[in-house]
Amino acid sequence: MRLSTLLLILCGLVVASFVLARRRAVATAGGYKGIRSLHSLPAYYGYFAAMWAAGPALLLLLLWSAASDPIIMGQVVEALPEPYRSIQGPELDLVLNDVRVLAAGRGSGTEQQQALQATAAHYQSLQAASRSLLATLAILLALAGGSYACRRINPRLQARNHVERVIRAVLVGASTIAVFTTLGILLSVVFEAARFFSRVPFHEFLFGLEWSPQTAIRADQVGSSGAFGAVPLFTGTLLISGVAMLVAVPIGLMIAIYLCEYAAPRVRALVKPVLEILAGIPTVVYGYFAAITMAPLLRELGQALGLQVASESALGVGLVMGVMIIPFVSSLSDDVINAVPQSLRDGSLALGATASETIKRVVLPAALPGIVGGVLLAISRAIGETMIVVMAAGLSARMTANPLEAVTTVTVQIVTLLVGDQEFDSSKTLAAFALGLVLFLVTLLLNIVALVVVRRYREQYE
Amino acid sequence: MNTELPPPDRNPASARVRQIVEAGLVRRYRRERRFRAYGLLSVVSGVLFLGFLLTTIVLNGYSAFRQTKLQLDLDLDPVVLGLGDGADSGALASADYQAVVKAGLGRLFPQVVDRKERRELNALASASAGYTLRDMVVAHPDLVGRRITAWLPADDKVDMLFKGRVGRGSDAGGQLNQAQFAWVDELIADGRVALRFNTAFFTNGDSREPEMAGIWGATKGSFFMLMVTLVLSFPLGVAAAIYLEEFAPRNRWVDFIEVNINNLAAVPSIVFGLLGLAVFINFFGMPRSAPLVGGLVLSLMTLPVIIIASRAALRAVPPSVREAALGIGSSPMQMVFHHVLPLAMPGMLTGAIIGMARALGESAPLLMVGMVAFIVDVPSTPLDPATVLPVQIYLWADSPERAFAERTSAAILVLLGFLLVMNMAAVWLRSRFERHW
Repeated sequence: MRLSTLLLILCGLVVASFVLARRRAVATAGGYKGIRSLHSLPAYYGYFAAMWAAGPALLLLLLWSAASDPIIMGQVVEALPEPYRSIQGPELDLVLNDVRVLAAGRGSGTEQQQALQATAAHYQSLQAASRSLLATLAILLALAGGSYACRRINPRLQARNHVERVIRAVLVGASTIAVFTTLGILLSVVFEAARFFSRVPFHEFLFGLEWSPQTAIRADQVGSSGAFGAVPLFTGTLLISGVAMLVAVPIGLMIAIYLCEYAAPRVRALVKPVLEILAGIPTVVYGYFAAITMAPLLRELGQALGLQVASESALGVGLVMGVMIIPFVSSLSDDVINAVPQSLRDGSLALGATASETIKRVVLPAALPGIVGGVLLAISRAIGETMIVVMAAGLSARMTANPLEAVTTVTVQIVTLLVGDQEFDSSKTLAAFALGLVLFLVTLLLNIVALVVVRRYREQYE
Repeated sequence: MNTELPPPDRNPASARVRQIVEAGLVRRYRRERRFRAYGLLSVVSGVLFLGFLLTTIVLNGYSAFRQTKLQLDLDLDPVVLGLGDGADSGALASADYQAVVKAGLGRLFPQVVDRKERRELNALASASAGYTLRDMVVAHPDLVGRRITAWLPADDKVDMLFKGRVGRGSDAGGQLNQAQFAWVDELIADGRVALRFNTAFFTNGDSREPEMAGIWGATKGSFFMLMVTLVLSFPLGVAAAIYLEEFAPRNRWVDFIEVNINNLAAVPSIVFGLLGLAVFINFFGMPRSAPLVGGLVLSLMTLPVIIIASRAALRAVPPSVREAALGIGSSPMQMVFHHVLPLAMPGMLTGAIIGMARALGESAPLLMVGMVAFIVDVPSTPLDPATVLPVQIYLWADSPERAFAERTSAAILVLLGFLLVMNMAAVWLRSRFERHW
């Protein structure tokens, strides 16, 4: 039986138990006239039965689909024909993959696949048996659950409380997903990074000055020893983020100040959505713009001035990234500047200060913690930004403070190490996870500091 | 200067203060104006940059919506096509249409006989012009044996030349040669070259040939991925928001959840990609390149956005509604689901649309879960290998052919169009259903 058919049947059973239970609840109360003797509204009895019908069956379905394939595969391995009996590990996986392909009817008729025909047929029959067993069990479970719930119905059953308890559990479960996501990120990155650090010493990674992750395929190959010193990546990331911040912070802040303190409401209403467009443009578009338009522009400008500008210069990437972050800085600063109480401004203006003096000496100092928090969040975004640098920054790690040269960043390296075919346990791919760990920890630190600063600031004026 | 002013009051100290203040006034006003000008300059530069960006992309991309086609007289001779007698639809679909195209080109230039030159001449038509012809013949099998006149896609180099995207300089490496220029000029003079609406761009999957490459595969991939994201993240996000806003006690655990949510909203997207690679693909063994996995990763990314927006929407519902519901005897759960949630729904939907728009433009985490492969087939389920619009843009941006640059910009225009529609829907929803209490 196909999964979709099974699900459809289960749906039908759930609806049926709802209707039956609801009717039964009304009947036990002696028709609609006696409905006030019921503890809950009749529909709650329906939901109660529906939950009993759906819950156990779905749980079984979930567990079955997770557990059945390994068990079936275990059986298949035991039934493999003679030459394949003794193989282990990755080669076994290849053979089993062939079995799967054959069973799905997509075999390409290689020699190995011909030898595995019988096994594939065995696999297919096992799968079919598993599926029909699952269907029978699930339907029985749904029937049992539904009828059990129906039998429990009497006017004193606290159906609403039962139902609400389940809903509440679902709500609590949904709220913990964020925690599990963080945990998942940490575990996945930490485990792979730990495997990396068992091959490459921790200090060599954090303080090494050379990055060339190409490991040798053969032992006698020249010039591909594989060096995993991440310092050039960190300096490159800082250089590009630094340029971006030099663009984004002054412009973003001045935009926020102008819009909050000077602009007429009509100008504000017009400019804010325009800047939000800037924030809504996908980063891949900025990356394309940086690579195709900005880089040649800067190179020609550099030539006119007699400067050597690399075509993947940190300057061009940083400029475009800065523009991307402008709306981020300006909207965060806008919020905090607006939150400064008007009384402070009025006091300053009443003492004879000009508007700009009020802003510089009263509003900005008052808003400073919030602005600092916003800037920290912006830095965290600049460090983690990926597409712009992947498309427009360089690939070779170089330690330099000259923004006209090409540098590479942490995110670029993560992408280049992980995109394409790789075996999953080479130092090269594991290095990407170590870089990911560093990236996650640094941005986590920045975010938490920023959130604390912003929250404390907000409480100050509320 | 102060001599022109009316005499200040008698107190010599305050007169001195006044003197000092007035001496500085000019400078202070100048500073004021300068500061204000800086602000205006910042605003203008932001707006100008946006204009520059959009103009560049429109100018680069608009021409990709039309494709250069060649008008050819084609003999659909069963012999050339390699069709035997009882040709069924299968043979019709696998016949040699490119040979017909080559014959059609050769008939226009009978003087070209040299093999090398013939090959150069054949290169003027798209290497996939035969497929266009095949679709035509399969749709109308009675065309076989007749002579037809058809507009077939030209090669991307001819396309670029005809659109004026490349010059005829000798430095244009990998471009057309002198003989080919002459043939193209002759074809243009005959009126056999024209720009037609580029249907292939909207109906095809990816291709190595720029003239056959389209965004339909990527669009469908994006659609499947967004559906997965929406189905997972919207109910979960709303449920989490309801719990945190309406039921959660104030304790350490709930604080911890909130810190997690706020932090996840600021975690770099590529880290979510690492999570997807390590957990969904390597641990659970889900298929690479599938929109399902991409959607899972993006749901985790979108969840914080939706939770934060939904909480704001719930908070905006006034306490009086809750009190009234509780006052007439509803349980807290009934109060939330019957009264608060319907009132907060427009705000939540707005948040969801904005979250979806962000997910649509996201590409970095998808590179990690393998949605970056070259995939020609248009996906038909969320489990088929696929790519999405932003990643398609990334892939094309890397291609060396000049014609792909144009198509990249055109794909960006399409993507921006989708984003615009989604954001306008959010704005409309907000203005239509926003309530001031």
